[in-house]
Amino acid sequence: MNNILEIFQYQFVERAIIAGLFLGVLCAVLGVFLVLRKMSLIGDGLAHISFGAIALGIVFGIYPLIIAIPLVIIASLIIYSLTRNKILEGDAIIGILAALGLSVGVILSSISTGFNIDIFSYLFGNILAINQQELIFAIIGSVSIISIIILFYQEFMAISFNPEEAKISGLPVIFLDIVFSIITALTVIMSIRLAGALLISALLILPASSSLQISKSFQSTLIIAIIIALFSITLGIIVSFLGGIPTGATIVSINAILFFSILIIKPLISK
Amino acid sequence: MSIPIITATNISVELGHNIILSDISFDIYQGEFIGIAGPNGAGKSTLIRTLLNLNPYTGTITLWNQPIQHFKNWNYIGYVPQSSTHYSLQFPATVEEIVSLGLISTLNWPRILSNTHIQQVQETLASLEIDHLAKMSIHDLSGGQRQRVWLAKALVSQPKMLILDEPTNALDLDVRGTFYRIITDLHQKGLTILLITHDMNDIGTYAEKLMIIDQKLVFWGNFNTFCESNQMSNYFGKNSQHLICHQHE
Repeated sequence: MNNILEIFQYQFVERAIIAGLFLGVLCAVLGVFLVLRKMSLIGDGLAHISFGAIALGIVFGIYPLIIAIPLVIIASLIIYSLTRNKILEGDAIIGILAALGLSVGVILSSISTGFNIDIFSYLFGNILAINQQELIFAIIGSVSIISIIILFYQEFMAISFNPEEAKISGLPVIFLDIVFSIITALTVIMSIRLAGALLISALLILPASSSLQISKSFQSTLIIAIIIALFSITLGIIVSFLGGIPTGATIVSINAILFFSILIIKPLISK
Repeated sequence: MSIPIITATNISVELGHNIILSDISFDIYQGEFIGIAGPNGAGKSTLIRTLLNLNPYTGTITLWNQPIQHFKNWNYIGYVPQSSTHYSLQFPATVEEIVSLGLISTLNWPRILSNTHIQQVQETLASLEIDHLAKMSIHDLSGGQRQRVWLAKALVSQPKMLILDEPTNALDLDVRGTFYRIITDLHQKGLTILLITHDMNDIGTYAEKLMIIDQKLVFWGNFNTFCESNQMSNYFGKNSQHLICHQHE
């Protein structure tokens, strides 16, 4: 117990937990909409693209997010546009762009060995290494995006329920989809430090999927997903620090254990 | 005569390289109860989707005297899509949450529900005798209860016209009867009804005017004309035509 309390004396752990909690709430809320809209894989795809973009920034000595933000937003809009116009199925477009992003990242990291540590911290995540500037960015970014989701709550819920009925209700569905694509891209970029490009999609999918197993209403789905995210991130950071294991992977593993536990316990309870 | 609430002129729909609807024209007036029938794949649902601006088409459509492209009063139209095909079984929502979605067309941004809106939802649920289900998950309801929820969602914005696309497909006979009694009451209160079904008995029993589609407009008019039409006798067979007309009596 003393060990656990000691953890909070370290400023870098405090920063990691605060950033993790803000980003966790954001990923959980956005994840519910993504899962219900059958867009779970977009997080994975955009994370791979952002890995390529971040590598580009590091190699050319530009602050990675300056390159990643516009590139990932553009990729997100390309995915939306090609899917909407039925040029290609969403999963195929995501697969193509994700492979491209990862390839660029791998090539750049192989030709510039000096930067490998930086690049790989984006690949696997390292929230314990988050600095004050990144913490502020995470807090402001999360609060801003959650505010946008609150402002468009009814609209996003209606589109998740049925996009055609949302259109018949007179909602500007294309505009709302563009807003949704942009906030998804921004969430992925901001959260990449938390779990890494390879694991970030799990933080979008798992709390939402666990919550969907037990919730009875839309509101309770969001609340349960947030609770699961907050619990798994706090526990994940503590366990990873005490055990000396990677934080992102620990958080995702705890989420996966929770998901499968709910899946196993649910039928036993409902009997 | 009053101005039609829907005017469709020379509507044709081609999806892929298939012609689904060809050169269809009609006017619909406030207060009519129209049954839209036709064989499977005749284009009934496509016609409704076109009137709701969900399909590409050629021709012109006006809703309440406004070109559909500029039409803003979507709260005038309540729509109940084909049962169980229009929502994900995974979607978690209470009856109250689903019905609230029907209010979106009446809300200005930011679309936040006030107490008045919540009361409106409660009143709509009460009018359909499902107010006791308000807090229940839609997944825990029977087929008949769920159908009333979709109807409540369509009615909560107090529309002038209700479009029902095969609304009773998955319902047993008793529940169908109750459902149509509700629809008939709504019509008597002045609501325009567009009912799509492949069940000619339902149309014969409840509708006042008949539209038969088989890619083209095969018939459009009242039941007297239908029952006296030799063309319809050839299309349906004399016995079927007689049965439909008998239902209508």
